Amino acid sequence: MLTGLLTIAVLLLLVGVLLGWASGKARSDDSQIVEAVLERLPQTQCAQCGFPGCRPYAQAIARGEADINQCPPGGQQTIRGLAELLDREVVPLNAEFGEEKPPEVAMIDESRCIGCVLCIKACPVDAIVGAPHRMHTVLAEECTGCELCVAPCPVDCIDMQPARPLLSLYPQPQHSRSA
Amino acid sequence: MKYELGKRVWRFHGGLKLRHWKQIALQAPPEFAGVPSSLTLSLVHRGRVSDPVVGEGDRVLQGQCIAQSIDSSPRIHAPWSGTVRTIRAQPLIGYQEPQPAIVIDTDEADTESVGMDALDWQSASREALLERCSDAGIVGLGGALFPTDRKLRGQQKIDLLIINGAECEPYIACDESLMRSDPERVVLGSRIAARLCEAATTVIAIEDQMGAVQTGLSAAVKDTGIEVFKVPTIYPEGGERQLIQVLTGEEVPSGGLPQDLGIVCLNVATVAALADAVVEGRPLTRRTVTVTGHGVSHPLNVHALIGTPARFLIDKAGGYTENVRRIVMGGPMMGVPLRDDDQCISSATNCLLALVESDIVRSVPELPCIRCMECVRVCPAQLMPQLLFTEITNKNWETVEGLSLADCIECGCCAYACPSQIPLVDYYRHGKSALRLRELESARADKARKRHEARDQRLAREEQEAQRVLERKESMSKSDAIRAAVERAKKKKQDSDEA
Repeated sequence: MLTGLLTIAVLLLLVGVLLGWASGKARSDDSQIVEAVLERLPQTQCAQCGFPGCRPYAQAIARGEADINQCPPGGQQTIRGLAELLDREVVPLNAEFGEEKPPEVAMIDESRCIGCVLCIKACPVDAIVGAPHRMHTVLAEECTGCELCVAPCPVDCIDMQPARPLLSLYPQPQHSRSA
Repeated sequence: MKYELGKRVWRFHGGLKLRHWKQIALQAPPEFAGVPSSLTLSLVHRGRVSDPVVGEGDRVLQGQCIAQSIDSSPRIHAPWSGTVRTIRAQPLIGYQEPQPAIVIDTDEADTESVGMDALDWQSASREALLERCSDAGIVGLGGALFPTDRKLRGQQKIDLLIINGAECEPYIACDESLMRSDPERVVLGSRIAARLCEAATTVIAIEDQMGAVQTGLSAAVKDTGIEVFKVPTIYPEGGERQLIQVLTGEEVPSGGLPQDLGIVCLNVATVAALADAVVEGRPLTRRTVTVTGHGVSHPLNVHALIGTPARFLIDKAGGYTENVRRIVMGGPMMGVPLRDDDQCISSATNCLLALVESDIVRSVPELPCIRCMECVRVCPAQLMPQLLFTEITNKNWETVEGLSLADCIECGCCAYACPSQIPLVDYYRHGKSALRLRELESARADKARKRHEARDQRLAREEQEAQRVLERKESMSKSDAIRAAVERAKKKKQDSDEA
């Protein structure tokens, strides 16, 4: 009777320790998932997904609190990447969060800028330079096209313009295939 | 590793035996093509732009350095004296969009030149010779345009120096014509290069069809310790990796360099330019160009100033024939078509090929891939062209990368062999640019992420700071604060007095 109880107690203790150790392991796996998801996000930091930046969105995906189709800048390419990573179905972009469109950059109409620094505070990647009561300008190279600076501008002097392509692709041959 | 050559000739995988078509341009030794009214010199080198050191309206002398850069791009020199007309984007061969370039209006009469001192290559220090090599803007003239001084400056020990005269693409004959007309210069350049990379063995590789070349070269290499090797004529044997495999049986690893095997490979035109730079103090401002094809009246080889318009050289070759249809820079296998003949040659231009109707018409339209594996059989890089083709059309970029698209040398063997007439190389070029774009995009995303994280950290720091100031204010009464401020001021005054 006593040996039986002791055996069970020791076994339970062992299992407890094992589970504790395993849960520690599992948590570190979680952070690996976050990093892997983050790597596949476009880093626009636009918050269109409903989270304040790409990392919070990645964490929400890892926790299972957000779907993989909430990132308009990444579009279908990001969804495909995430679906493959997390072994999920490829789904179309959720239109609630926005539409996929070609990359853009913000452009300040410098003649109208009053130097209020509101856009500088809004920019998630510090891509706007300027000082109070001095003209501001966007570093086009660093701008992710998140549009977060557009709304705060009191004089509406920021426009979104098509981004200069990073590289012009060598054209893919046209299929002259006869059926 | 010590390389013993000549025991046997190895083979590389695949390749094609093609009709040569070189003799048509080799009827006479090359002559100087003459001076066009203007020269256009590209400032772009392997994607980077050099800084001009002259301004619009400046007078320049032949051999004067007109552009240089702080990174590895080579110096650019004026090929002829004249006046700088403009420095702005021009349409250049091999680029879709206009690229920055310097346009020089040349002097009509004789040229005024500035040169560098002649060096005695046997007694000058290795460092001085390497410096001369970079001052003269010497780059690999086989087409890659890699700065030669950087190739020779490498850290690895070099056992074998291969001088590549195996110009394998049909029609192109500029290297052959150089070796025929001026074997001494090639051999002298080879000896200088051998001294610079301290190679134990130096060989000049030529194709077995170049009989006339061998006679001249063999006489020139007498008592120099350099050997001339004949390799069987199979396209694309002149490719660096293929030639190394044929001579040594060793394969340059994917993503690696010949230097990893203790081998350096230089083109014959490059070593000839090196000889000019050292012995005559002349920078790289001209090169041999083959103007050929059935679309020109008198195919020939000429020494042309870099920056000469294509049209000027074609006129030297007797102008177009009636049925000319397309001008290509390079050979029929790897060349790029020219948009118009106003475009100017660069140091990479080895050949201008004028094609006629029968050269370019496709007999059959592009058909579906039938998986015949002909492309696999001929691919010298041992890739799987048919899989690359399907994966590129399906845009599975990760698979494409895994299939080593980067190792494709764009030799065109697969497209030539393809019975379905699929322009495979165009797909690979598209795929390569798409992979490059992905790389750039991910680098950009990574930078945005870092900037965002840095901003978050800064905001957190600022908030902490504000919190601390607030706490200090709250913990002190008003009179305490005044006393503390007075003390701080006193201390500051004391410090400045002591100093």
